[in-house]
Amino acid sequence: MRLGLVIDLDVCVGCHACAIACKEWNASGTIGPLSDYQPYGAEPSGVWFNRIRHFEMDEYPNNKTVNFPMSCNHCEDADCVTVCPTGASYKRAEDGIVLVDQDKCMGCNYCSWACPYGARELDRSSGTMKKCTLCVDRIYDQNLPVEERQPSCVLTCPAHARMFGDFDDPDSAVSRVVRERGGYGLMPELNYNPTNQYLPPRRKPVIEMSGAPKGGLKESIKQFANRLVRR
Amino acid sequence: MHPAFSVIFFTVASGAGFGLFSLLFIADTFKLGGGFERDQLVAGGLIAMALVVFGLLSSTFHLANPKNAWRAFSRFRTSWLSREGVFAMIFMPLALIYLASIMFDAPLWLREISGFLTAVLAWITVFSTGMIYACLKTIRQWNTPLVPANYLALGYASGSLLLLLGAVISGLDTMPYIAMSALIVAIAAVLKAIYYFWIRDPGLSPTINTATGLTRAKVKLLDTGHTHGTFLTQEFGYRLARKKAGLIKTLVFVIGFGLPGLMLIAVFNGESGQFAALAAALGGLIGAAMERWLFFAEARHVVNLYHGAQRC
Ligand code: SF4
Ligand code: SF4
Repeated sequence: MRLGLVIDLDVCVGCHACAIACKEWNASGTIGPLSDYQPYGAEPSGVWFNRIRHFEMDEYPNNKTVNFPMSCNHCEDADCVTVCPTGASYKRAEDGIVLVDQDKCMGCNYCSWACPYGARELDRSSGTMKKCTLCVDRIYDQNLPVEERQPSCVLTCPAHARMFGDFDDPDSAVSRVVRERGGYGLMPELNYNPTNQYLPPRRKPVIEMSGAPKGGLKESIKQFANRLVRR
Repeated sequence: MHPAFSVIFFTVASGAGFGLFSLLFIADTFKLGGGFERDQLVAGGLIAMALVVFGLLSSTFHLANPKNAWRAFSRFRTSWLSREGVFAMIFMPLALIYLASIMFDAPLWLREISGFLTAVLAWITVFSTGMIYACLKTIRQWNTPLVPANYLALGYASGSLLLLLGAVISGLDTMPYIAMSALIVAIAAVLKAIYYFWIRDPGLSPTINTATGLTRAKVKLLDTGHTHGTFLTQEFGYRLARKKAGLIKTLVFVIGFGLPGLMLIAVFNGESGQFAALAAALGGLIGAAMERWLFFAEARHVVNLYHGAQRC
């Protein structure tokens, strides 16, 4: 098995719900807590497995905002694992999930240097490296209903921009959608072979904007009234 | 990259220590300048080992969870950081055998073989230190064979200057030591110059387009999505003004290579030799520390592409 996520950049609305759900689940999960520093202070900061950035593609009038969630890509050729001197970082043979053994990590940060995607964050309270577990403590839980055996972020996403599945199975929903929509991995030139795939924003026609405001008596009265009213 | 002082001190001190020890072996084998006496050799060897040990100890200061540091020897097969630790640990007993065989007049073959193996281990360890950085595909300023070459050259340059200081203090014929230092410092300077030249050109490095996969148009960051700094901005966000980098590069060459060069001439002319040799060694070490600081400060990790950089 090669478990991972598909993230639909065309659909993501950038609400950060997946990041919150991730934090909620994992703070009490196997790798928790996810320490916060000054959560109510002037400079709030802390450990997150999932961060959403916002980009703008192209220029007006062809511009588009692309919301960009990122977490561990559970890479096939994960240098974060090979560089780890303690053996704390490992990739599971059975499903490809990359994990950090909190009992072995010495907090040297070396693996975070090796990750191109910023997926690893040191927890300054425990002194150990933390990262996305693909909710390994959910997806195999026999006590949960089958449809809930998915990562927290996937279940939460209100836009259904996230999918979870096995990329080794060519007929899985994730494999099919990646084929159909031209899904891709990030920074392929570094050869990490990320498992997570991103679906590109669809091409859409430019929305015509009306040029000059309509003239006429009604419009000029409206503008006159607008000037009179104090807002 | 954020320059961590414990790592700077570690790489400079251990590099000088390993360099000093291997050159000490060469000086002993060929009895350079008349050859050091037994006690002087042992003292020099112990100083070199102290530099290595202090360096290794200081490197554990940047660990967030040092109680697991002993596990760092376990991934010898894949991790250069692990290899460096293992090689350094093999170096120690070999170095002690060499020093003991000098001390207790052991047969020459034991002294030579243990000395040779120690020198080789020193070389491999410094090479491993360089490879810790050079193997990272995420930082183009580091991902070059010039990095282990620089680490080796600078370690041996500062080691040779320390050895020269020892030769001056011990009253040996300084000529061979001056020649050795001049050669190694010159090689180190040339390699460093090539490195600085090399990293100016971004080459085929990742861009914001390949990082996001949005390759069909210009892409720019609107919002990083975090309120305040994160681990990523603290660790990788360090930015150095180009002017300041240029100034430090000049200082590296003036203090790290130029000053020792001038002082070598002074030692050669016999003008206040001890002071000149001391100045040369200090200049070499300070220059190496500045070079190391810049090595970190100038490195741009590709994660910066997700924080607004257009290319790394
Ligand atoms: S995304 Fe980073 S942390 Fe995750 S497997 Fe790839 S290199 Fe490792
Ligand atoms: S921080 Fe922990 S997991 Fe990462 S390389 Fe160091 S020991 Fe391994």
